[in-house]
Amino acid sequence: MSDTTHHIVPYRTYALILLLLLVLTSTSVAVTQIELTRWATIVALLLASTKSAIVLAIFMHLKFDQTVYKVMAIFVVLVITAVIILTFLDYGFR
Amino acid sequence: MSESIAHHDEHRDDEASKLGIWLFIFTELLFFGGLFITYAVYRHAHPQAFHMAAQQLDVAVGTINTVILLISSMTIAMATTSIQKKDKRTTLILIGITLVLALVFLVNKYFEWSAKIDHGIWPGSPLLEELGKGDTLFFGLYFFMTGLHALHIIIGMILIIVIFVRVRKDKINFGNFQLLENGGLYWHLVDLIWIFLFPLFYLIT
Repeated sequence: MSDTTHHIVPYRTYALILLLLLVLTSTSVAVTQIELTRWATIVALLLASTKSAIVLAIFMHLKFDQTVYKVMAIFVVLVITAVIILTFLDYGFR
Repeated sequence: MSESIAHHDEHRDDEASKLGIWLFIFTELLFFGGLFITYAVYRHAHPQAFHMAAQQLDVAVGTINTVILLISSMTIAMATTSIQKKDKRTTLILIGITLVLALVFLVNKYFEWSAKIDHGIWPGSPLLEELGKGDTLFFGLYFFMTGLHALHIIIGMILIIVIFVRVRKDKINFGNFQLLENGGLYWHLVDLIWIFLFPLFYLIT
């Protein structure tokens, strides 16, 4: 049943990850408040993607889990990315 | 019947249980992914109106709620550590903090929505009709997506209350904590969705 030994993540790791997430959040707030127009949007979305990757890897244990979960998560992200690209290929060239 | 036999009869498959919650999380990601694409397309179609409308949202409230959700994600993640360390007291405290933070998030959301409604902005309001298509779309998506997210928070709170009670009754313990882990995974999903809602509605103007 529970043959897989559970990886116990230390409290410290979680605290440090929170700190990192808060730094990234304040960075995205700062960057968008000083209005760099187009760049701000890209930076904010990149920071959001980085934050979600960190949440998935550490808080959601993907880093410590079996590979199958990672593969499935990456697949879902690729599906969403593909649909976004296709949608904008459609709307961009109308 | 001896206790060991009774224990043997208990059917439990933690790995399958975890796989189940992950599959559910994937359907949720695709669901919200569709909404984000809808947002992107309408933003592309009405850049000026979306720009003006987004400036009416309070960045401070959005930032505070982001911080609240990130902290609550950490506390529930820490609870899976404390339960494995057989520290029931800390586990209950951490789950309790998560619940309080979730409630604070909802209270903030309540005041935020109330302020918008006081200003005459709600789905289908006469003011929005006057402002035009772009504003109607922006605030329609704003109310629908943050509302749907708030609904997920409420469902998460119910789930976390159930987990809290079960930890108290020792039904969730260091040898059987899959429900706590699954509840945590769901809660992180709620956090994950907010990580994208926040920049798209509050920051990018």
